[in-house]
Amino acid sequence: MEIAVIDYKGGNVQSVLFALDRLGVEATLTANHDAIRRADKILFPGEGEAASAMEELRAQGLDQLLPTLTQPFLGICLGMQLLGQHSEENNADLLGILPFDVVRFPASVDYKVPHMGWNTLQELRSPLFAGLREEDYVYFVHSYYAPVGDYTIAQAAYPMPFSAAVQHKNFYAVQFHTEKSGPVGTRILENFIRM
Amino acid sequence: MLTKRIIPCLDVKDGRTVKGVRFEGLRDAGDPVALASRYAREGADELVFLDITATNQKRATLVALVRDVARELDIPFTVGGGIGTVRDVEALLLNGADKVSINSAALARPELIDELARRFGSQCIVVAADARYHEPDGWQIYTRAGTHNTGLDAVAWCREAADRGAGEILLTSMSNDGTKDGFALDITGAVSRAVSVPVVASGGAGSKQDFTHVFQQAHADAGLAASIFHFGEIGIRELKEHLRQDGIPVRL
Repeated sequence: MEIAVIDYKGGNVQSVLFALDRLGVEATLTANHDAIRRADKILFPGEGEAASAMEELRAQGLDQLLPTLTQPFLGICLGMQLLGQHSEENNADLLGILPFDVVRFPASVDYKVPHMGWNTLQELRSPLFAGLREEDYVYFVHSYYAPVGDYTIAQAAYPMPFSAAVQHKNFYAVQFHTEKSGPVGTRILENFIRM
Repeated sequence: MLTKRIIPCLDVKDGRTVKGVRFEGLRDAGDPVALASRYAREGADELVFLDITATNQKRATLVALVRDVARELDIPFTVGGGIGTVRDVEALLLNGADKVSINSAALARPELIDELARRFGSQCIVVAADARYHEPDGWQIYTRAGTHNTGLDAVAWCREAADRGAGEILLTSMSNDGTKDGFALDITGAVSRAVSVPVVASGGAGSKQDFTHVFQQAHADAGLAASIFHFGEIGIRELKEHLRQDGIPVRL
């Protein structure tokens, strides 16, 4: 099996590569269009800032390529947000694969921003979460979020519910870090690889 | 519900953990990877590695350590200690660190925080602040491993760090550190109310109740400790069970 991890200088991809390695799966970090098209699975991790990430994707023509892919695709963290239409973060236009707009959490003394740490998942509705239970914990770090919609396949709350995971056709994405979420995150990565 | 985090801190020197660690069943307590994995299994929510190496080889050793830890560990970890440049940060993040913590370098040149946040995103930039209380000035920020008083007000500095783009404040009370009398609730609470980013409380943890207090009374988002975990005085799981009984959300 060929797994392509999209290389767009989108932050800490090394952790994702290590997580795949722990699962005994070989993956290639690449921005090459042919390699990406050929791959059996696509991982699209990301951290950092939306506008500069989009700039890098456009510079490499990936903004045109990614929406045309048909193999199972998993966005992680910023890699989920970039699948939406528009982000409040520096007013960025996104890839437009899913219909959500990305907005910032309001901060308060009890709800700091970034939303950082282990939070529970609810309303799990996807084979991506096979073997998980409602209220299982995963690790989040983000200041912006996608609201809940028809595309939502898992929710978390901070304090209002938001999309912890989304799906449209072959495009799956999670707001949390599967590669940093202990055995629960590992199981999700495994489920994705078996899709 | 977002849980409060429990974070063991490991001091490393030349790629090995230092300060005695008394754990049964750990063949080599100096091996940071083995210790990190053990804490992760016991339920630690994150780890902090504080590098206290002073040699020129420091950077290469630290990067190698980060890579080894990231290869094994499936929970987030922060690396701190003597990090001073964009290049330092880049090397650590590229090799698998989730966050880096900066201290003296940020005090020497606060613009560094802006530069790092812009380049790498606030979510991975932690500003570590060491505060000490004395009359009549109140809580002030110390630098260079706590040896030098900057004269800066602790709350004002933490607020500036957050405004410049720090994604988290790691606040250590030097007045409490090592006392085991509990965290500094007043300054932790004051900083937590003053900034909109998460605050990790450090310094003074001696009992399970100390963690309850810092979460309930000082709005801390995480509690960090070293020796009580290393010496097995408090197990991470029993600490979390205690916190849950006290009504504090924790990951168990």
